[in-house]
Amino acid sequence: MFPPVPNPGTEATDQTFGAGDLMRRSASKVTPPAERQTEVAKLIDVSKCIGCKACQVACLEWNEQVEEIGFNDGRYENPPDLTEHSWTLMRYAEYENPETGNLEWLIRKDGCMHCEDPGCLKACPAPGAIVQYSNGIVDFKQENCIGCGYCIQGCPFNIPRLSKTDRKVYKCTLCVDRVAVGQGPACAKACPTQAIVFGTKAEMTEYAQTRIADLNSRGYDKAGLYDPPGVGGTHVMYVLQHADQPELYSGLANAPKISGLVETWKSGAAKYTGLAAVGIFAAAGFLHYLVNGANRVSAEDEAKARDLVEGDRT
Amino acid sequence: MTAEPNVSKNPAIHRGDPVTVDRYSGLARLNHWITAVGLILLALSGLALFHPAFFFLTVLFGGGQMARFLHPWIGVITAVSFAGLFLRFWRYNLWRGDDSRWMGRLSKVLAGDEEGVPEVGRYNAGQKVYFWVMSLCIAVLFFSGLVIWMEYFADSFTIEQRRVGVLVHSTVAILAICTWIVHVYAAIWVRGTISAMTRGNVTGGWAWRHHRKWLRDLASGKPSDSE
Repeated sequence: MFPPVPNPGTEATDQTFGAGDLMRRSASKVTPPAERQTEVAKLIDVSKCIGCKACQVACLEWNEQVEEIGFNDGRYENPPDLTEHSWTLMRYAEYENPETGNLEWLIRKDGCMHCEDPGCLKACPAPGAIVQYSNGIVDFKQENCIGCGYCIQGCPFNIPRLSKTDRKVYKCTLCVDRVAVGQGPACAKACPTQAIVFGTKAEMTEYAQTRIADLNSRGYDKAGLYDPPGVGGTHVMYVLQHADQPELYSGLANAPKISGLVETWKSGAAKYTGLAAVGIFAAAGFLHYLVNGANRVSAEDEAKARDLVEGDRT
Repeated sequence: MTAEPNVSKNPAIHRGDPVTVDRYSGLARLNHWITAVGLILLALSGLALFHPAFFFLTVLFGGGQMARFLHPWIGVITAVSFAGLFLRFWRYNLWRGDDSRWMGRLSKVLAGDEEGVPEVGRYNAGQKVYFWVMSLCIAVLFFSGLVIWMEYFADSFTIEQRRVGVLVHSTVAILAICTWIVHVYAAIWVRGTISAMTRGNVTGGWAWRHHRKWLRDLASGKPSDSE
């Protein structure tokens, strides 16, 4: 068992990181801090999850979100998808393992993966609407959000949700406000089976190995850690019984990376080629004018026209 | 057939010094300027989202949220307005054999020397290319814009389709802006042109110099490719 983050004291605590620790800021250039904070990570051990949804409740409660009363459409998921209020969602998949003939209930806690290479942040056109702290947390700053939805196109995991009321996007913050004062995320705090644990990325990676060894000993020889390198690794990781088939877990992305379309659209090369084209056209006009001067109608042209309309064609 | 053209038969031509020729009706001009203002506002609000260096342009629209909200609506107005221009002018922009020959002598035209270049009707080949490129761009911008309009239509498309949508929308927008620069520059370079879109008429000399076939057709009272 991984030791849980201890309960806080009653005295006020200074924040351990803030604006000075930004590694990336959307649509802006920032100088990353000389020293990176210790990378944090949340480890979600799917094999220990009992699907109780305590994490969902804790998330709503801590973040002061109220989910609409929905409609039961016959699935375990409630609500049926992530929303601007529900930043995390238990997804339930029933899997009949062809090797063992067992029915396996693969329950995955979906939510932001806090990518090291965040597609949302790279796609965002609004300065400072998405930030990445040097400890790995990717956070949305709603006061700067313009509601364009580009982050949704940028995300390889389909996580951000656009609010229909305030037209801003929302997603898991990794409880940035709790982590800043030395606490773990609310979902990890609430999890009754320690399927969600929180610590430094190094600790979590190491602890995951003990879980994988345990799963291997129980016959899950493909068990492994989901920390996809295509997005530079993530700060939310999964222990999966079938790490070779992540799509079994309600369509978890296999080898996710930022879409090539988004990379092309957002690449400096494309942007500067486009702006250069506009500049070249404008400059070409300017130079043409300098070289040729205005194309003026001469007195002779007017005379010819007068002759024509008066029928005096000479 | 050297019959003298009967001037009085064509009310579009006004004798005087200089001769003036009606080129665009009031409605055509109104239609044009709604489109023009729309395109400028679209370029400004679009560039604001295209590159962070232009994000400051959102202040012209009341901030980022307002720029994001207004851009698609201005787009709808502009597309509808442009459709009006398209219906008005498409038949004068059909490609003719002379247009290819005119294009072949483009360097002469650009040097300001139109002698020896095929006489031009209502529109020259350059204007026709502009018309068709802009028509295509605006159609593509309109439809790709719907795909990424989060408020109403984006939910009907997959995220992958929206990724294609934003890439196409921004690429074609750049093409449209470049094309538009040529259009505006030509109107400035060729003196006497702007009055066609502000007062609706041009001088006879302008028509003789740049659209001689059009002027001849008007003067002879022939049903030409003029409006």
